[in-house]
Amino acid sequence: MLQVVFFARVKEELGCGRLELQWSEGSATVGALKEQLCQRENGAWRNVLSEDNLICAINHAVVDDAMAIADNDEVAFFPPVTGG
Amino acid sequence: MATNPSPSLSVTISQADFDIAELQGSLQQGNAAEGAIATFTGYVRSDQSSGEVSAMELEHYPGMTEKSIQAILLQASERWPILSVKVVHRVGRLFPGDQIVWVGVSSGHRAAAFSACEFIMDYLKAEAPLWKKEHSEVGEIWVEAKASDSGRARRWD
Repeated sequence: MLQVVFFARVKEELGCGRLELQWSEGSATVGALKEQLCQRENGAWRNVLSEDNLICAINHAVVDDAMAIADNDEVAFFPPVTGG
Repeated sequence: MATNPSPSLSVTISQADFDIAELQGSLQQGNAAEGAIATFTGYVRSDQSSGEVSAMELEHYPGMTEKSIQAILLQASERWPILSVKVVHRVGRLFPGDQIVWVGVSSGHRAAAFSACEFIMDYLKAEAPLWKKEHSEVGEIWVEAKASDSGRARRWD
């Protein structure tokens, strides 16, 4: 299983903080997972996941769309950070 | 520049407020080389881009936020001869005038302490997964990342 988590504005706009997905070829890279999530019925998914500045992390490390996802990974999507 | 073989690096993410004097005291470890402590405290401003802010909400990514700040502290300790460094960042609902973040660096001399403290804040603002939402009379607005903040972090490259 994959854990997919969302934070801040991304979480609010999707109305979703956490998803559990079965790992498949369709989620073997960050780009593939995004495309799979964009198919979800709620149109917000494609808008939010297509944002240029969306950040993705796998197991707490920031990665790009080409990065491979393995079963049991935790994949996070969030907007640019604004702490401090 | 020589680095201390095992500086103490500490990160705390907490809803609770913090006591600056207590934190500063905890940086002093009785090491004979200690000669300088530089600290930074960030506060919630009421005067924000969205107008007069009545409250601020801070969200983090439990686990990654701590790791990300810890990695910044490690980088700082590789660049400057740090003896001890501590970061406290608050999350949850905060109000104008509240303390948000505290960074303290102890070193042998002031130059390293000042530089490391500024480096840590610049990187924290650019990289640590933390997000602010402002509450004001116009409603709730997620704060947008500022290009000037990533620019300040890049100065250190």
